Amino acid sequence: MLNINKTFDGSQLTITLEGRLDTTTAPTLETELKASLEGITDLGFDLADLAYVSSAGLRVLLSAQKTMNKQGRMIIRNVRPEIMEIFEVTGFVDILTIE
Amino acid sequence: MQELQIEAKVGNLPKVLAFVDEILERTDCSIPIQMQIDVAVEEVFVNIANYAYSPQTGPATIQIEITESPATAVITFLDKGSPFDPTKREDPDTTLPVNKRQIGGLGIYMVKKSMDTVTYRREEGQNILCIQKKI
Repeated sequence: MLNINKTFDGSQLTITLEGRLDTTTAPTLETELKASLEGITDLGFDLADLAYVSSAGLRVLLSAQKTMNKQGRMIIRNVRPEIMEIFEVTGFVDILTIE
Repeated sequence: MQELQIEAKVGNLPKVLAFVDEILERTDCSIPIQMQIDVAVEEVFVNIANYAYSPQTGPATIQIEITESPATAVITFLDKGSPFDPTKREDPDTTLPVNKRQIGGLGIYMVKKSMDTVTYRREEGQNILCIQKKI
């Protein structure tokens, strides 16, 4: 299960993810992003309550990063240690901006 | 050893993970290690669901055994689909900049990097993939 919470502030969007970003939930996030990123120059993800991420979830984050590279920036915040380990194994620490 | 026989379709992923978690939670397995095992199980099962019997679906069997000294989770996936050795897949280049990074191949790479051993064999018309991780 994944809860997606979006907070818009002009061209700034913060997305809070709560639960699991996996094969079954990643498509929902992908759809949400497709519908939300137009005109956004500052995208933030708050992952404090994200407990799990698989490669399906990483793919969506990668694709969001590619989009934001063209139109602004993307920052990931509050990553849990077990999620950070996944980012490290996959080289995503070098791709994503993690605060 | 415990065994789950299930139709290999993505919709069954929560059942597969529940089966694995239920067994891991009876051990002293830490949360980060359990998550790595879950991710590996997800990658392997979704691979079977998407490719083994494509475009149809078919059965998969998942066996899990906790061996002692050192405590290790041994998880074996069996399917009767087309021969496929994921360990032979070339690793994606994880040093490439974002715009050159490929989307594919990441799942099995994560399995290989996070598990202690990943072995494949084809026997009696079955793909048998075994992953092991110290817990």
